[in-house]
Amino acid sequence: MINKLIISVAESLLMARWRQTLVAALGVTFSIAMFIALLSFMAGLNDLLDGLILNRTPHVRIFNEIKPSTSQPIERDSVYANAHHFIHSIKSANSRQWLYNSGAIIQALKKEEQVLGLSPKLTAQVFFNDGSVEITGVINGIDVNAETKLFHFSDYVVAGSGADLTKIPNSIILGIELAGKLLANVGDVVVITTSKGEQFPLKVVGYFQSGLKEVDRTQSYATVGMVQKILNKPNDYITEIQVKLKDVNQAPALAKKFSKIYETDAEDIQTANMQFETGSSLRTLISYAVGIVLLIVAGFGIYNILNMMIYEKMDSIAILKATGFSGSDVNKIFSVIALSIGIFGGIVGLITGFVLCYIIDHIPFSTPSLPTITTYPVHYNPAFYIIGIVFSLVTTYLAGWLPARKASKIDPVIIIRGK
Amino acid sequence: MSDIVLEARQINKSFHDPVTTRVLSDITFSVNRGEFVSITGKSGCGKSTLLYILSTMDTDYEGELLIDQMSMRNKKEADLALVRNQKIGFVFQFHYLLNEFSVLRNVMLPGLKLKKYSEEEVEHRAMQKLKMLGIEHLARKKANLVSGGEKQRIAIARALINDPLIIMGDEPTGNLDKKNSDIVFNIFQQLTEEFRQTMLIVTHDQSFADRTERIIEMQDGRIISQ
Repeated sequence: MINKLIISVAESLLMARWRQTLVAALGVTFSIAMFIALLSFMAGLNDLLDGLILNRTPHVRIFNEIKPSTSQPIERDSVYANAHHFIHSIKSANSRQWLYNSGAIIQALKKEEQVLGLSPKLTAQVFFNDGSVEITGVINGIDVNAETKLFHFSDYVVAGSGADLTKIPNSIILGIELAGKLLANVGDVVVITTSKGEQFPLKVVGYFQSGLKEVDRTQSYATVGMVQKILNKPNDYITEIQVKLKDVNQAPALAKKFSKIYETDAEDIQTANMQFETGSSLRTLISYAVGIVLLIVAGFGIYNILNMMIYEKMDSIAILKATGFSGSDVNKIFSVIALSIGIFGGIVGLITGFVLCYIIDHIPFSTPSLPTITTYPVHYNPAFYIIGIVFSLVTTYLAGWLPARKASKIDPVIIIRGK
Repeated sequence: MSDIVLEARQINKSFHDPVTTRVLSDITFSVNRGEFVSITGKSGCGKSTLLYILSTMDTDYEGELLIDQMSMRNKKEADLALVRNQKIGFVFQFHYLLNEFSVLRNVMLPGLKLKKYSEEEVEHRAMQKLKMLGIEHLARKKANLVSGGEKQRIAIARALINDPLIIMGDEPTGNLDKKNSDIVFNIFQQLTEEFRQTMLIVTHDQSFADRTERIIEMQDGRIISQ
C-alpha cells in the first residue's frame, strides 16, 4: 500500500532537490508537448492533403469504361467449348459511354442504406474560343447542390457564386487558370464550340480554384441540363454517378456490388488514390516514432536524476531502513518520486502541447493552391493527449523502476559501517 | 522482573571477501529488561559487526538471535523491518538524521511508520520526548541546522518514539566532545533509572563503559568477559 507517509517522504526528497526535479519534469513536459504538437500538426497536414484530393473524390464512381468485351462470340459456341481459342487484335467496340437507365440507378442508389448521397455528372469536351485561338477544355455538368453538400464544391469557387449556375441560364464557372487565359471576368460571356461544331455563348458566373493547376487549366463547370443541351442529348444522359458513403471503408465492397447489380464499372476511392492512404499512414508512423523517441530520452533523464538522488540519499535510505522501513517501502518511495515527475511533467506537457497547437493553428499560412486554408492545419484529437499522458507515466515508471529497485536493495549496514 | 529481552546464542560470522575471515565466534549472552549494558573492545574486535547482527540489519550469520523471545532466523526482510521499527531504537555515531525534514518530523517518522497512534498523537508524543531531552525549542528547525550534540539528542528522541524494547547505540558519543558526551550519557542513565529502558551500547570509550551497569568486553571476535 502506498500511504500518506510514503508520499510525504517522497515529497520531501523531491523538494530537497527541486531544481533537479524540475529539470527532470521539464524533460517530460518538453517531450509530451512536442509529441502532441507534432502529432496534431501531422494529423492536420494529413487531413489537409486528404481534403485536397479525397474530400472531392467520390467514394465510389459508377461509369462506363471503354474496353474490349470480356466474352467473345466464339466462346459462347458449344461446339468449341472445350477448345482453346486463338483470337488476335481484339478492339474495343464503339460502346456507349453514358450510363444506361441512369434514372433508375439513381433511384435505387438513393435507397441504399450505406449511401450518404450521390451526384450525377457528365462531361463534354469543348473548345473555348478566344479570338482566333481555340483552347481545349472540359465542361463538367454537375448538380451544384449535391456537389456542394457532398464534395465541398462551393469552397473552391473563389469568385462569384456556385449557386448562380442554377439561377442564371447558360452560365458557366471557369477554372481560374482557364479564365486567366481567356481573359474572362465574372459577368463576361465566353463562346464554346462543341466537337460537333455547334457554338454556345455562356456567361461566366464564377472562378473555380482546386489547388491543382492542371485541373484549373482545363476544367469548367455548368449544370447537368446545360451540358446535356451542349451535347444535344436527352435529359437522362449522364456519364457518371458519384457516390459518397457513410463509411469510406465500405467503398471497395460496395463498388464491387454496384458494378455487378448495375452492370457498369465502379471504382472505389481506395483503388483510385492508393498513394494517399500510404502517405498518410507513413507520416503518422514517423510522427509517432519521433514522439516516442522524445519520451524515451526524457525517461533516460529521469533515470539519471533518480540514480543520482539515490547516491546522494544513501544515508537517508540507510536510516529509513534502520528505523523500520522495509525494502519495499523504499522502493515505493522512489517509484512515487518517478511517477510524480511523470504526472506533473506530463500534465504540464499536455497543456503546453495544447498551447503549441493553438499557436500553430493561428499562424497565417496561405498558398494559392489551397484557397480554403488560411492558417497552418492542426488536428485536435483527444486520443493524442491520452496516449501522451499514458506514455509519460509508463516511461517515468520504467525509468524509476531500476533506481527504485537499487534503492530498496541498499544494505544499511554497509552505509552505516562505511562512515 | 528480570525477563530476557535479547538473547544471542552461539553467533558466528565470517567475512568471505577476499578470504574467509572469522569475525565473531560463539557469541552467547543475554540482556535483561532494564539493563544498561555496554560492549567494549578495541577497534576491529567485531563489536559493531555484532551490533548490526543484534539489530537484525545484518542477517548473514550463524547461530540464534532472539529478541523478545522470538527467533529472528528465517524472518522475511519486511518482518525484520517491522521488528526494528517496533522493538529497537537506534542511536548511531553519526547522528543520521534526515536533512530534508524538520527535527520534529525526524522524531515522528518511525512512529508514523508504526501507525500505532494517529498522526496528532505521534506528534504529541514526539514533542514530549523532545521536551524530556530539553530540546523542544528545536522542533520546527531543519535537521541540518542544529549542532552535533543536539542532533544526537534528537536521534535519541527518535529512538524512543515507539517505546522500544531496547535501545542500541553504536558509539553514540564517539563523535561528541566531553560536555555533550556527558549529556548523552546522563540521558541514557536517566532513561534506565526512571523508565527502566534497556540499553545496549557499543563503545570504545572506557570512561563511558565504566559508568554502565554491565560491561561486555570483546577481543578478536570473542567475548572475554561479561
